[in-house]
Amino acid sequence: MLRDITLGQYYRTESVVHKLDPRVKLVATFMFIISLFVANNIIGYIIAALFLIMCIALSNVPPKFIFRGMKTIFFLLVITMIFNLFLTPGKELVSFWKFTITYEGVKMASMMAIRLIFLITGSSLMTLTTTPNNLTDGLERLLRPLKLFKVPVHEIAMMMSIALRFIPILMEETDKIMKAQMARGADFESGSLITRAKSLVPLLVPLFISAFRRANDLAMAMEARCYRGGEGRTKMKPLIYSNIDRIAYLVIIVYLALVIICGRILF
Amino acid sequence: MIRTKNLVFEYIRRDDEGNVEGITRAVDGVNLSVEPGQFIAILGHNGSGKSTLAKHFNALLYPTEGEVFIDGLNTEEDKNIWEIRQKAGMVFQNPDNQIIGQVVEEDVGFGPENMGIPTEEIWERVEESLKTVGMLQFRKASPNHLSGGQKQRVSIAGVIAMHPKCIIFDEPTAMLDPNGRKEVIRAARALNEVENITIILITHYMEEVIYADKVFVMDKGHVEMSGTPREIFSQVDKLKELRLGVPQVTLLAHELRNAGLPLPEGILSREELINELKRLK
Amino acid sequence: MSIILDHVNYIYDEDTAMAHPALIDVCLNIPNGQFVGLIGHTGSGKSTLIQHMNGLEKPTSGSVFYDGKDIHDADYDRKALRAKVGLVFQYPEHQLFETDCFKDVCFGPKNLGLPQKEVELRAYEALKQVGFDDEYFYQSPFDLSGGQKRRVAIAGVLAMKPEVLILDEPTAGLDPKGREDILNLISKLHKEMGITIILVSHSMEDVANYVQRIIVMNKGRVAFDDEPKEVFRHYKELEQIGLAAPQVTYIMQELKQAGFPVDSDVTTLEDAKNEILKAFGKC
Repeated sequence: MLRDITLGQYYRTESVVHKLDPRVKLVATFMFIISLFVANNIIGYIIAALFLIMCIALSNVPPKFIFRGMKTIFFLLVITMIFNLFLTPGKELVSFWKFTITYEGVKMASMMAIRLIFLITGSSLMTLTTTPNNLTDGLERLLRPLKLFKVPVHEIAMMMSIALRFIPILMEETDKIMKAQMARGADFESGSLITRAKSLVPLLVPLFISAFRRANDLAMAMEARCYRGGEGRTKMKPLIYSNIDRIAYLVIIVYLALVIICGRILF
Repeated sequence: MIRTKNLVFEYIRRDDEGNVEGITRAVDGVNLSVEPGQFIAILGHNGSGKSTLAKHFNALLYPTEGEVFIDGLNTEEDKNIWEIRQKAGMVFQNPDNQIIGQVVEEDVGFGPENMGIPTEEIWERVEESLKTVGMLQFRKASPNHLSGGQKQRVSIAGVIAMHPKCIIFDEPTAMLDPNGRKEVIRAARALNEVENITIILITHYMEEVIYADKVFVMDKGHVEMSGTPREIFSQVDKLKELRLGVPQVTLLAHELRNAGLPLPEGILSREELINELKRLK
Repeated sequence: MSIILDHVNYIYDEDTAMAHPALIDVCLNIPNGQFVGLIGHTGSGKSTLIQHMNGLEKPTSGSVFYDGKDIHDADYDRKALRAKVGLVFQYPEHQLFETDCFKDVCFGPKNLGLPQKEVELRAYEALKQVGFDDEYFYQSPFDLSGGQKRRVAIAGVLAMKPEVLILDEPTAGLDPKGREDILNLISKLHKEMGITIILVSHSMEDVANYVQRIIVMNKGRVAFDDEPKEVFRHYKELEQIGLAAPQVTYIMQELKQAGFPVDSDVTTLEDAKNEILKAFGKC
């Protein structure tokens, strides 16, 4: 059913990684991405790979779920590789017709590919082990200092979590309106691009009206339950660091240091 | 508990350019008072002003003229708003559009969170509220996977967790199937009887109001009729004029009476009708 | 002209972990001109069932025939079928989108590729059939009351001149008078225009007053399919599947048990009244 679709494809299981505070996971993912761009030799990437494998193993998420995300970026991956392969100047390796592949090109292409694959794997691991709810909570807490600069951090987080709740409902509604208009002879599938765009009007207008009605209702329901922004609000599930989280921070710092030393300075 | 004095609510209709087209009086001179612990029903057809009236009890709308007092607090004074909203909780019509949390227990905790209740107490309140409406086993579920009746019970739990003195149900059953309707009405009655919470039930399902202590019937913003369910349902023709009906049992008794059987007016239940008929035999 | 469902099975979310049967071995024959009530609680499969009747859903196995032709044959024109088998969804007013009521009703016939004149003629007729006032024709549908909006939405389907009209809980959310008006309208369409009507409802009272035949769905299967009085005779089984017979059925059953000489098969208020009056010798 459409209602089962959740953004971020959370994989429900028990593991150390699942239990970690979302802030730790967000920071770790960020650090991991930095490490990928810091490293510029094979040793750096080996360390990154080992770290990633360790995390996957600890997360109890079957690898096939992790690599599923790869399909969507396959195209991007190929294009990046081709560009780097043919357009990097340097020592010639092979040459045919108008194209030349250089030694540097091969190096660049494989590096970019590795970075991209690791980046996607790392961030999918985060979304697979953290509920969208937890993720917004974590973001809200991490971004809290921005409040000083008048960034409405709480409001943004609240918006995100409401959006997450209503996306499945609106998707189901889209399906229903589409069917209802099809029952009145609407055709969403054939015709030129312009006719097809036009045929979306009977779908989009009711959908927008419904979304506005829901927003209005929800705002009223929230007000009725004493909602008045983030001020003076307590949390049912406050984020509190435990020892695992502290260890995890330590691990990630050690990891980053290792990548910088081995991947950049020593070799 | 609730008292209104000459309550009038008007809203301004505007055309596409924002020019004033006219003024609609949705609520027109309503005086009513509700005692603590009562179960009150407000009946009325669509557009009779009953929902607009209800929104005044929660300080979601403010009177154009007149005054509304909730537990002695005037809704027009800004400093009272949050206390009023905590004292008079509200359950709305559409079950999907009032659940904020992505997990049942988080939604129930939403009200207490807003009130600044300490974390530990929130958990206690959530558990106790979900238990009251019989939804405890669904605490970890996603609201999207619940039936309409279950979703409304979650909404009720969300209100109970704020420890209100009074709950206003604004057509809570209009979008539910008969089983869902029963679930919600049963929950509302239990809250009234067991927890002694004042209940105001707004509906246009006649069967739901027969247990009320008092019924108000609204039309064109006025309170047209008020009285016990039996008094109200004795006036079948008047109710029909107001675009309402009566429960099927009452209607049957009414028609039999019109056909010459000496039955009393305002029969509300099957047993009553059968007993009356047995008596006549 | 009839709808025939032959051993229709439908599995929801096939090929996923959530797969579950929504329809199980459904066989039905709905002849032309019948007024049918389709009853079942939420999740019983009734909404899925009606979407099979106009080809919006395709059975996982089994076939659907309209007019003797299999509607899932490769060369079958399903768009034309949807004009013949009109489907009014639940809360149909949520699908209105045009700037005025008249234009919205034109949407259906326009999709059939009819000439403009014919489109407008049909829209006019349809709005008249649902008893819609001329003065509101060019109003935005969003300014109307709930009951009026629903009429416009029903007119939007009627304008396609369907031979069969399926309505999914057309009275949901309306007040008692609004409910009665819509039901009378549907009954009028059946009587005056001879359209086959399939009325999906939760309310036994509503259905009992109007229909010739009741189909009860439970957990994806047809639980009962008969005349109202035959179906309501099983009121105990109906209760077990979360439904109930109309109030009057219970009253008559209890009266009979109490020794009154009444026929316990009545399903409508009118009949119940006459039976009781007869028992008291007043008729």
